[in-house]
Amino acid sequence: MSYKAKFKVWRGEGGEGKLEDFTVEVNEGEVVLDIIHRLQATQAPDLAVRWNCKAGKCGSCSMEINGKPRLGCMTRMSTFTEDETITVTPMRTFPVIKDLVCDVSFNYQKAREVPSFTPPADVRPGEYRMKQIDVERSQEFRKCIECFMCNNVCHVIRDHEENKPAFSGPRFLMRIAELDMHPYDVADRKESAQKDHGLGYCNITKCCTEVCPEHIKITDNALIPMKERVVDRKYDPLVWLGSKIFRRPSS
Amino acid sequence: MEIERHEYDVVVIGAGGAGLRAAIEARQQGKRTAIVCKSLFGKAHTVMAEGGAAAAMGNVNSDDNWMVHFRDTMRGGKFLNNWRMAELHAKEAPDRVWELEAWGALFDRTKDGKISQRNFGGHEYPRLAHVGDRTGLELIRTLQQRVVALQQEDYETHGDYEAYIKVFAECTVTRLLKDGDAISGAFGYWRETGNLVLFDAPAVVLATGGIGKSYVVTSNSWEYTGDGHALALLAGAKLINMEFIQFHPTGMVWPPSVRGILVTESVRGDGGVLRNSLGERFMFNYIPEVFKDKYATTEEEGDRWYTDQANNRRPPELLPRDEVARAINSEVKAGRGSPQGGVFLDVSTRLPAAEIIKRLPSMHHQFKELADVDITTEPMQVGPTCHYIMGGVEVDADTGAAAVPGLFAAGEVSGGMHGSNRLGGNSLSDLLVFGRRAGAGASAYVDSLPSRPAVSQESVDSARAEALAPLERSGENPYEVHAELQRTMNDLVGIIRKASEISEALEVVEKLKERVHLVGAAGGRIYNPGWHLALDLRNMLLVSECVAKAALLREESRGGHTRDDFPGMNPEWRRKLLVCSATEDGSAVTVEEKIQPGMREDLLALFEVSELKKYLTDEELS
Amino acid sequence: MTQTTPEPQVRRQRAQVKVRTFRTDRWWLAPLLTFLGLASFLVYGVWAVFDPSIYIEPYIAPFSSPCLAEATCPEGARLFGWAPIGDWYTLPAGLLILGLPGGFRLTCYYYRKSYYRSFWLSPPACAVQEPHGKYTGETRFPLIIQNIHRYFFYGAIVIGAVLTYDAILALIHKPLGVGTWILLINAALIVAYTLSCHSCRHITAGRLNHFSRHPVRYRAWTFISKLNAKHQPLAWASMFSVMGADFYVRLVAKGIINFPYA
Ligand SMILES: Cc1cc2nc3c(=O)[nH]c(=O)nc-3n(C[C@H](O)[C@H](O)[C@H](O)COP(=O)(O)OP(=O)(O)OC[C@H]3O[C@@H](n4cnc5c(N)ncnc54)[C@H](O)[C@@H]3O)c2cc1C
Ligand code: SF4
Ligand code: SF4
Ligand code: FES
Ligand code: FES
Repeated sequence: MSYKAKFKVWRGEGGEGKLEDFTVEVNEGEVVLDIIHRLQATQAPDLAVRWNCKAGKCGSCSMEINGKPRLGCMTRMSTFTEDETITVTPMRTFPVIKDLVCDVSFNYQKAREVPSFTPPADVRPGEYRMKQIDVERSQEFRKCIECFMCNNVCHVIRDHEENKPAFSGPRFLMRIAELDMHPYDVADRKESAQKDHGLGYCNITKCCTEVCPEHIKITDNALIPMKERVVDRKYDPLVWLGSKIFRRPSS
Repeated sequence: MEIERHEYDVVVIGAGGAGLRAAIEARQQGKRTAIVCKSLFGKAHTVMAEGGAAAAMGNVNSDDNWMVHFRDTMRGGKFLNNWRMAELHAKEAPDRVWELEAWGALFDRTKDGKISQRNFGGHEYPRLAHVGDRTGLELIRTLQQRVVALQQEDYETHGDYEAYIKVFAECTVTRLLKDGDAISGAFGYWRETGNLVLFDAPAVVLATGGIGKSYVVTSNSWEYTGDGHALALLAGAKLINMEFIQFHPTGMVWPPSVRGILVTESVRGDGGVLRNSLGERFMFNYIPEVFKDKYATTEEEGDRWYTDQANNRRPPELLPRDEVARAINSEVKAGRGSPQGGVFLDVSTRLPAAEIIKRLPSMHHQFKELADVDITTEPMQVGPTCHYIMGGVEVDADTGAAAVPGLFAAGEVSGGMHGSNRLGGNSLSDLLVFGRRAGAGASAYVDSLPSRPAVSQESVDSARAEALAPLERSGENPYEVHAELQRTMNDLVGIIRKASEISEALEVVEKLKERVHLVGAAGGRIYNPGWHLALDLRNMLLVSECVAKAALLREESRGGHTRDDFPGMNPEWRRKLLVCSATEDGSAVTVEEKIQPGMREDLLALFEVSELKKYLTDEELS
Repeated sequence: MTQTTPEPQVRRQRAQVKVRTFRTDRWWLAPLLTFLGLASFLVYGVWAVFDPSIYIEPYIAPFSSPCLAEATCPEGARLFGWAPIGDWYTLPAGLLILGLPGGFRLTCYYYRKSYYRSFWLSPPACAVQEPHGKYTGETRFPLIIQNIHRYFFYGAIVIGAVLTYDAILALIHKPLGVGTWILLINAALIVAYTLSCHSCRHITAGRLNHFSRHPVRYRAWTFISKLNAKHQPLAWASMFSVMGADFYVRLVAKGIINFPYA
């Protein structure tokens, strides 16, 4: 069962480029990345696309398919009708190197600005004892395959390039939440989440959650809880008073 | 055009588990370190590993220790393993796993808060540290974040994140450079821009992973073009055990576009059974003589094992991978396969739907998304897929040093550790143990050098010419050459091999070598996948030639090498390694036999004599 | 040997695409429906506050409960018969307490999402360009005030309790009344919505890093987390139920609905 599908693929180098039309064979069970590969093998050998695992595990093949951020290798052709024209474009928030390949260095820069895991100085490897329920929340965030589609879709930087220096994007705000919830992390991350990484820019409109291929509940489980933790620190006199009076060790 | 130059103490090629661990070690020893990798940072093939990392921590069963792990590893490899590597691996794996935890990894936990461990084929006790079915992701992310942590330290002290450790992502190395005998650097190109780059460094650590892309049906990603194997050969190092390739028994077979994608072994570990088109659990017919007393002979006993492992023998679905892969292959050949050319793997009748979704979330997701199959209600179709190469660069067990001074190798690209067959979970721990050792070995080597070897202009010029050649030709499309190589290797040097077929494959490879010199890459230098493939073809062909030549020579069946014309295991052959080497231009590959040194007495003593008799010659036993 | 660094790369740009979105589905439908839903609530709310028919034995309209003003609250409508606000106050009683539930919903994480998307179009839908030139999110005044949501949550607990109390009173006095059951269902939805609040989830145990050391709070958190996953549907259900219940009571009070078991 194969048919000819109509594709529009964005091609170009740097920012310049345009949508090019292709008509290409599609077979049963194929995904969009297969079709891009068929284009490479038959019509456009230098068509650039990034991919590695073709199994939804590495987060390399992020692109926008009919306007929606998707993994090329996990988008089945059967989700489209046969007469539909399928538009494939590179991620919009990041600069384009060529065709579907973006320069995602923004993300690596931001990753470097999040202070690393900071365990207490006196715990040696092999001595860590953590209960499953204490690590589960952070484990959810560690499912992230760094496809950067959440950062791509987030309107704070997608529609406002000028916010990039001030805002680390959902991926790295989630990383901060992951560390803040880690049972052995002793660094204080609340102030810096707000001040250095722009948690306040997020208006919890949940697009990051909608596109995450790992189905991580980024907004509900990371961003909002992190906002609440910042409120504890900065805006909640009751918590502040309580900690002064009872002098509880933070737990 | 000018070539970009960088000076480093240690250049690590590959950013998978092995490469990152090596780089971390080199940096911790104060060496200026570069990490060069073909894909983005954090996307190396290691992310795909699912099951776990084997380390005898004894958290779940306190009887476990390094000696048991060592025995399991040697048995899995059919005693062909480099025993010193197997020993170091078994002893050091727990420390390496614990260290990850101190760098932020979050493994699944036991009740008392330690790292949980799971059962896996060939391991006597629950031994695999894991995180659901995404252990590789956890491992690579932790190492990636450790590299970042070191960079942050450097930023504090030197004001520059990249003062001591820098990642060159999407940068492919095409040649190692030498000064006389010794390594003096590496040469490559940026995928992004097509610009050329030269690393001036006295020590190079290869950690480039495997070769699966020479086969059509494979669980491996595009990176696995055997680059490290080829680079080492061309630099004068030797490869061993190249005939041993692990075919994972369960890869997806349908739809065609996902053929080969892995179906994790945990499916069988959690109760999945294999059936042919007649509905028979055929594995009961394939229990080999050496394992007769360890596996259940009736379905009832096999089924009881899942709940009571102490009093029952395990079901034959959990035989080592090579046995299961061969069995599936025979069933399909005998006409008892599934409609799309595999066999049925069924958990739907074995576990309640909710339990399946809980234990095998990503398998459920994978089949649903990619094949429209709901594994909670219908069986999967599976067949063998090329998964792992046991062979690789011959290295010194303690330091990871190859025969060429200054060249080191670790991870899948190195050979010896796994013998003729790798146990599941032993690779991730291998990456950590020998990654660290190679990093330390390279650092010590750099310290011992009286002066830095120099990069000669000639060698740079010829590497440059070689790299740019395909762009200057307008010949055949490289995709066609690649497709033909994959088909050839798959059909003729696959799971079951015959002298006549291997010879045929060698002829085809010879012809393809001619054609590679003619392939052209249309388009410019910026991110041009056609050009990249044209360059990778050299490596795939070299490696394929080694595999085929070694496979032709080894006249026995052992682990990942099965000869239809020599079905049995032969103790004489156990002592022999097949060693590949190549001429400097890669035009000719030679394979020679070499005798393995005998195992140390104290290690031999860990086994029962009756067991050793199955593997060793009488002469060795006496 | 000298070290040469890579030549400064040409400043790379994003793909120059003029269209707002390539989405082909009906992405505008959800914000439109949200807009209509929220707008109808606003319109109804304004009307309800100024509508005087707030009480008919034993029902009190939820929008006006607790009724605290001497001048405008009928005898039976007062909470425990108590009206702390003297008769100098002659405006509708609902205005006094409106701020609490109103503020609660206004600063609710879910409602914020829905009105940022449907009223402010920031963004109207995912991967659809928003029409504004600048954006600072909740980093500065006035939107930084959203951070006080948890205080409204404390207040909302009180309101939830009062509505439950009202419904139970109605149950005692008129167990078979349709209105009683409407008030009961409404109270249940309001309480469920209130408990499913993100601030509530944070307060129960979300702020802790060691669940295992606080087993009771962890159990509570697990329960609240399950409710919290349904926060959006609960927000809509409780919004329509409070509107419906309020309207029903007023219709009965006005005598428009008039049958023995009303
Ligand atoms: C689907 C799947 C599941 C698996 N599950 C398990 C498991 O559960 N347990 C287990 O122990 N093992 C498992 N394995 C095996 C294991 O994952 C691999 O053997 C291991 O990850 C190899 O790691 P590595 O560090 O050697 O190389 P890789 O992680 O593959 O890294 C190779 C690196 O080298 C770089 N590279 C390659 N060529 C060049 C070049 N020319 N120039 C520059 N850079 C280059 C690549 O970009 C990459 O960064 C699995 C394998 C697969 C395919
Ligand atoms: S929820 Fe916040 S971080 Fe996520 S896409 Fe929306 S604004 Fe961005
Ligand atoms: S959080 Fe999800 S969407 Fe964001 S980078 Fe990770 S996997 Fe991708
Ligand atoms: S190729 Fe790895 S996620 Fe698509
Ligand atoms: S009520 Fe919605 S989050 Fe608090």
